[in-house]
Amino acid sequence: MVMAQTEKIPDLIGKSVPRIDVREKVTGAAIYADDIQFGKKLLYARVKRSPYPHALIKSIDTSKAEALPGVKAVVTGKDFPNRIGLYLKDKHIFALNRVRFVGEPVVGVAAVSEEIAEQALELIDVEYEVLEAVTDAVYGATPEAPIIHPKLGEYEVPNFIFPQPGTNISNHFKIRKGDTEAAFKECAAVVEKTIRVPHVQHVPIEPHVAIAQMDETGKVTLWASSQSPFAQRNLIAKTLGISQSDMRVIAPYVGGGFGCKAGVTMEAIPVAIATKVPGYPVKFRLTREEEFYTNFVRQGLTIKLKVGCDADGNLLAMENTMYWDGGASTEYGVNITRAGGYSSTGPYDIPNVKTDSLCVYTNHPIGGAYRGFGMSELHAGIGQVMDELANEIGMDKVEFHLKNVVQGGDTLATGMKMHPTGLSKCIEKVADAIEWGKKSPPSAPNKRRGKGIALMWKAPAMPPNPGSSAWVEFAEDGTVVVGVGGQEIGQGAFTVAAQMAAAALGVPMDWVRIAGPLDTQYSPYEWQTVASRLTWSMGNAVKRAAEDARQQILDMVAEAWDENVDDLDIVEGKVVSYKSERDISLKNIVIYGIPKENDQGWIGGPIIGRGKFMPTYVTGLDKETGQGQRAVVHYTTGAQALEVEVDLETGKIDVINAVSAFDMGRAINPDLVHMQMEGGFVQGLSSAIFEEMMLKDGYMQNPSFVDYRIATTTDIPKKMTTIIVEEPQDDGPWGARGVGEHPMVPTIAALANAVYDAVGVRLDGPPYSAERVYMAMLKAGVVK
Amino acid sequence: MAHHTITLTVNGETEVVTVPAHMTLLEMIREELALTGTKNGCASGECGACTVLFNGEPVNSCMVLAVEADGATVTTVEGLAHDHQLDPLQEAFVESGAVQCGFCTPGMLISSKALLLRAPNPSDDEIREALVGNLCRCTGYVRIVDGVKKAVKIAAQSEE
Repeated sequence: MVMAQTEKIPDLIGKSVPRIDVREKVTGAAIYADDIQFGKKLLYARVKRSPYPHALIKSIDTSKAEALPGVKAVVTGKDFPNRIGLYLKDKHIFALNRVRFVGEPVVGVAAVSEEIAEQALELIDVEYEVLEAVTDAVYGATPEAPIIHPKLGEYEVPNFIFPQPGTNISNHFKIRKGDTEAAFKECAAVVEKTIRVPHVQHVPIEPHVAIAQMDETGKVTLWASSQSPFAQRNLIAKTLGISQSDMRVIAPYVGGGFGCKAGVTMEAIPVAIATKVPGYPVKFRLTREEEFYTNFVRQGLTIKLKVGCDADGNLLAMENTMYWDGGASTEYGVNITRAGGYSSTGPYDIPNVKTDSLCVYTNHPIGGAYRGFGMSELHAGIGQVMDELANEIGMDKVEFHLKNVVQGGDTLATGMKMHPTGLSKCIEKVADAIEWGKKSPPSAPNKRRGKGIALMWKAPAMPPNPGSSAWVEFAEDGTVVVGVGGQEIGQGAFTVAAQMAAAALGVPMDWVRIAGPLDTQYSPYEWQTVASRLTWSMGNAVKRAAEDARQQILDMVAEAWDENVDDLDIVEGKVVSYKSERDISLKNIVIYGIPKENDQGWIGGPIIGRGKFMPTYVTGLDKETGQGQRAVVHYTTGAQALEVEVDLETGKIDVINAVSAFDMGRAINPDLVHMQMEGGFVQGLSSAIFEEMMLKDGYMQNPSFVDYRIATTTDIPKKMTTIIVEEPQDDGPWGARGVGEHPMVPTIAALANAVYDAVGVRLDGPPYSAERVYMAMLKAGVVK
Repeated sequence: MAHHTITLTVNGETEVVTVPAHMTLLEMIREELALTGTKNGCASGECGACTVLFNGEPVNSCMVLAVEADGATVTTVEGLAHDHQLDPLQEAFVESGAVQCGFCTPGMLISSKALLLRAPNPSDDEIREALVGNLCRCTGYVRIVDGVKKAVKIAAQSEE
């Protein structure tokens, strides 16, 4: 492996160049999936959904809907009997025989207008036999609970997911390291705590939308707001019996993803319907209400923790039992459970660990990927028990964290060796910036101030071998076109890819274009835009493609000039020789090649660079102990510190100051990194204070922006500081790791710890709404 | 289904459109005029992505019927720049890093434009108050507020 530290860092790396997509986006010119015009043949799909959390389908009568003028297709589960799923294949595109959550698709309709499609839904009669619903994951894991997937043992599943047929447990990940029972006896202080993190929704401002069309030869095109065009091609094609090469996915800009547009969510629905009406494009878009209650969710978590340390504050043991509310089926839930399991200690060095991470089927919406992939929920618990344990042993929290955090070379709970990490530096920097240990006076007599700190780590949670690829081509004027398969979802992936290509080639930034929109027919393969993996994985592919192109150019010029390649370089779009001091612009030569002297023929030809990257070193973990050589590719770490003010009369929390520091190895574009830290923090704050999908008996009570509140302009702290720490990644491009998800991960615990510091109360979980904080203060006798 | 023919001014151009009675202004702008810069985020007046200037006032175009726009003057995000010259707000949003996924951006720009039309030099709190109905999930709003402040400076410089 090349050590990134020894490599020369080009000037463009670490430079805050402006986003390359920004002009399109401020002028309204940027195209999103719903903006594509399809003309008069366009059909609109609507879906009749389950009104029950758990029921058997006794009969479906679609005859009246089919007879309605303007209706072109009506489909049910029987039309598409194959199962679909990213990890565990446990669901159907439309429910077959049984419904498992309120909102599950049962019948699909395509009509000439959305109004007619809606009318058709009203004409469909579905008869159900209602079953007992499971609406609590802890209960769902017991033998008394009704079984939601009786055929669990028949489902196709990869070898790192461990379902337990005959139960509702779709994955059980274990760690057994050392002897926790014996170690707890040695502890001077032990804290036990149960935290409940409610379901939350992603809330991208752009709702899901997908348009599909099948042509007369059976080839299918899907246009979708998508983080995963290649995964969608693969999964949808397989389920519908289409060759992957006959399934084309075109994915323009995404108006916010946060994980909800990864894997296959609703995109298979218009494709399935389109196969019944060849020649017609079929558009399906979720209403905001559907976006809330039918779309994949950040699943709820009940986490039971026990952690202990010796009299000097050294952590000795942890027991961690997590019940993930995976919902009706588990597109991602089983792997979130796994990620929660192998990262279950948080970023702490603990010699004795016992972890049980269980994904449990319930009759709730389906658990999907959500920025942080289980880590915000896990750290909501870890961050608070560590705070309490430091209190318990009477040690300053910053000192306690510094004493116990993982360092490079530590053996982690899975047996993996930790790589160098800047976590201690992150802790020191946030403590410094928040003026840790200094108490500032409240702004009014009825208010109390407090400070809190919390840490995090997160590894990209993926199969062992997710691949990236890229190509680099040129236009006659020397400008560069970079092909990527990773998506621009707002995080700045296209800008960073262009920046890396420019840096590796030696051309000015404004010479580089990204080939878009993503199109599986032309774009190079990329597993998915998830896991904060693009800067690192796709970045490696882009860098290699650019270096490959550069090598081809230098070889060509060396031959033409009869010089040694080692004496040549590309600087600012020109090939220069340090030996002969000649130079030549890339213009024209990158397409036409270079003429030999005296018209004696040509050298070269169109340059096309290619690059790929795939981690090859991730190993399996033992099913019973969770032990293995290398569980993950790497960990990004960080810390957050908050100062809050709590109003004793209302329970309202104001964040006075928020400081974040993360170690992303190398900030390719520091401004974009700061933007991730700011936006991520506010999303985390929103989840900590406001957000909860209120699920009652399986029904969401608050599926609108009025009743499900997210942070607005008036909720953000007046002071926010974001700090970059760089401890280079050995196999990252110029040392880079991802940082997209991480900034929201420590926020719930940091806020909870600050509130505790201010008023001495903790809730059993978020949201820390004014009402809940006030009630907790009342109960604790803080207010009367 | 009853249809109506209406005449209105959109981004300085006179448009004559025949629309069904129940069509919203948002649908008309996006589907009849193909001005897709105005976004549909909730269709229920809660997210602000579809904000347009309606006779100079910011409105959620999903909550206005197209027929109500008969005789009105409407400005969408496409009408902010003139002769390829960005509006100071657009320029400031670029410079401040106020844009990530970009889906809330058109509505944010229009609400900010409405603010600056009535209060050319707003305070921080006025900016936050004016944008409270425009939801953004990416940026954490900080740089959007900065962008509006920067636009005031850019506009002042160009007048000097």
